[in-house]
Amino acid sequence: MLSIKDLYVSVEGMEILKGINLEVKPGEVHAIMGPNGSGKSTLANVLAGKEEYEVTSGSVLFDGEDLLEKAPEDRAKDGLFLSFQYPVEIPGVPMVNFLKSAVNEHRKHKGEKELTAGEFLKLMREKMDMVDMHPNLTNRSVNEGFSGGEKKKNEIFQMALLEPRLAILDETDSGLDIDALKTVANGVNALRSPERSAIVVTHYQRLLDYIVPDFVHILYKGKIVKTAGKELALELEEKGYDWIKTDN
Amino acid sequence: MEDQDKILSDVTQGEYKYGFVTDIETDIIEKGLNEDVIRLISAKKEEPEFMLNFRLEAYRRWLKMKMPNWAYLKVPAIDFQAISYYAAPKNKAKYDSLDEVDPELLETFNKLGIPLEEQKQLAGVAVDAVIDSVSVKTTFKETLAEKGIIFCSFSEAVKEHPELVQKYLGQAVPVADNYFAALNSAVFSDGSFCYIPKGVRCPMELSTYFRINAANTGQFERTLIVADDDSYVSYLEGCTAPMRDENQLHAAVVEIIALDRAEVKYSTVQNWYPGDKNGKGGIYNFVTKRGVCRGVSSKISWTQVETGSAITWKYPSCILMGDNSVGEFNSVAVTNNHQQADTGSKMIHIGKNTKSTIISKGISAGKSDNSYRGLVKILPGAKNSRNFSQCDSLLLNDTCGAHTFPYIEVGNKSSVVEHEATTSKIGEDQIFYCNQRGIDTEMAIGMIVNGYAKEVLNKLPMEFAVEAQKLLQISLEGSVG
Repeated sequence: MLSIKDLYVSVEGMEILKGINLEVKPGEVHAIMGPNGSGKSTLANVLAGKEEYEVTSGSVLFDGEDLLEKAPEDRAKDGLFLSFQYPVEIPGVPMVNFLKSAVNEHRKHKGEKELTAGEFLKLMREKMDMVDMHPNLTNRSVNEGFSGGEKKKNEIFQMALLEPRLAILDETDSGLDIDALKTVANGVNALRSPERSAIVVTHYQRLLDYIVPDFVHILYKGKIVKTAGKELALELEEKGYDWIKTDN
Repeated sequence: MEDQDKILSDVTQGEYKYGFVTDIETDIIEKGLNEDVIRLISAKKEEPEFMLNFRLEAYRRWLKMKMPNWAYLKVPAIDFQAISYYAAPKNKAKYDSLDEVDPELLETFNKLGIPLEEQKQLAGVAVDAVIDSVSVKTTFKETLAEKGIIFCSFSEAVKEHPELVQKYLGQAVPVADNYFAALNSAVFSDGSFCYIPKGVRCPMELSTYFRINAANTGQFERTLIVADDDSYVSYLEGCTAPMRDENQLHAAVVEIIALDRAEVKYSTVQNWYPGDKNGKGGIYNFVTKRGVCRGVSSKISWTQVETGSAITWKYPSCILMGDNSVGEFNSVAVTNNHQQADTGSKMIHIGKNTKSTIISKGISAGKSDNSYRGLVKILPGAKNSRNFSQCDSLLLNDTCGAHTFPYIEVGNKSSVVEHEATTSKIGEDQIFYCNQRGIDTEMAIGMIVNGYAKEVLNKLPMEFAVEAQKLLQISLEGSVG
């Protein structure tokens, strides 16, 4: 599904990713862990197509197609979803309108009929239950006045609506209390299927208690320095990142 | 929500879609301006003497005036002798029924999305359509007449209700108020007149559509709205023009008089041709709009969405004479490419306990300049008066400009004036967030800008709000970067 080969990425002339290789197959959940500044968020953002990240070499194929050539909105419509580390506020734009546009852009892309207001509201209510979103939130402007936890839930809610084939969660657990963490994890788990994959970027192991990954990769100084099964996360929790740092 | 989404998906073409020219025979007088021309206009319109005198006085005063240069605008010299001051679709000047109207002309209005035919049958909006200089057709006259409401072209009002015209003309905007108002007073050819009698609530929105069609003409229309005691009216104004390489002058005057406890809402969606991407062509929009809250507890509110014109110079204002009267100004002004706008409001508090609100949202893109200019003046006698002003500017790139020039004069100690201002640049993060949800950049900007302007758009009557949202999106297409 996703195939990253020898990817080098710079931001403002500074090299952040230095030769990333990663294969994600349908149905797999990959966790990417690593200390601050190792390039985790850069990887998430470059996959989503954020402009200021410059790919200096390497390739990324998504379903066999060159991902890096595509505009961010086309990547999204092809089924790539990024749950933002810092969800953005858009004053004056009601969540409902924003989401309906997003869902219908996806549907148009797939050659499906656009949803009417009524159909959309029905779908929205369904998905809202899934992540325990307060109905009031959808009447507000996009992320405006949301608490940190509400913002993160809102990301998972959007993911549930858009049903991506590859979800990238960029530190979705940061700033969440344990209940919110469980809700977020439940939302992600509910979407797991043999066709859908996820990349979970996280600093801490605790999220992985709830979203159990197939693989854990450790990213350090722009390179994946270690790959193993879910037990790697526990080992890392126990030994701390210094263990990685001294090895490399 | 349905509507909003439809708009957002409907709109894919960034070009000025009203830029067509209608091929109708036009009665146009020779270019140039002198007393004979003014006499000729007055004679063509078979005006009574008081009107001719009004025009001549305006002209004589105008000759002694100079073009204002205090605005933050670069205005090329205008050759007033190179303009024709009267152009009218040939045919009879007035029509008894729509069947007599030139089919080409009706087609024009259909293209503009003003189905006069339909509107005549379906309840909704009463329209007075002014093409070039002459009012073409007023719909719903009979329905309105039953309530005693007068809604007709200005020239008709001069003939049929001279006493009302004479009583109120020039009361809000005096003959020589300013350079462009004086010019308008001298040469104005037509416009709309509206009178709402005592105690009457106008049952429908009244609407005027202005259209410049002929080349090398100016459009100088004049609107006069009088709301008698305890009456209410909501008035809409829309405007479009063909795309032409030369600049055309539009110098209109709108006067509103609100008597005791009367309320007038005046909404404008201004979409004159803005010129092309390189700044060639476009309308010079020099307009004077002023309302006088003459009666106690009267209220006048101006709501405008300004997206068109090469140059806009416009300050819809309220003179709050009556005690407890209220003035409002809500504005969204968009400039793109090489457009320039210097717009805002004046609130003059004279009566006691008067209140005014100014909400201005400027949006600049391309290489344009967008200025807010406002005056809040509270006279010594206007005890316990209040004003709140909020002026926000949104920049879409690094090559455009936003400027704010607020003037505040408070003449007593019991009044309160508040002023808030913000300037922000459209967030690339916001656009990327939309992109990541499958929404492309043009659509994202449309959403973000509409969100930004929502406070003002919400004040517009429903149909107009829809059109305004569409316009905001169109006028900003291709402006990212």
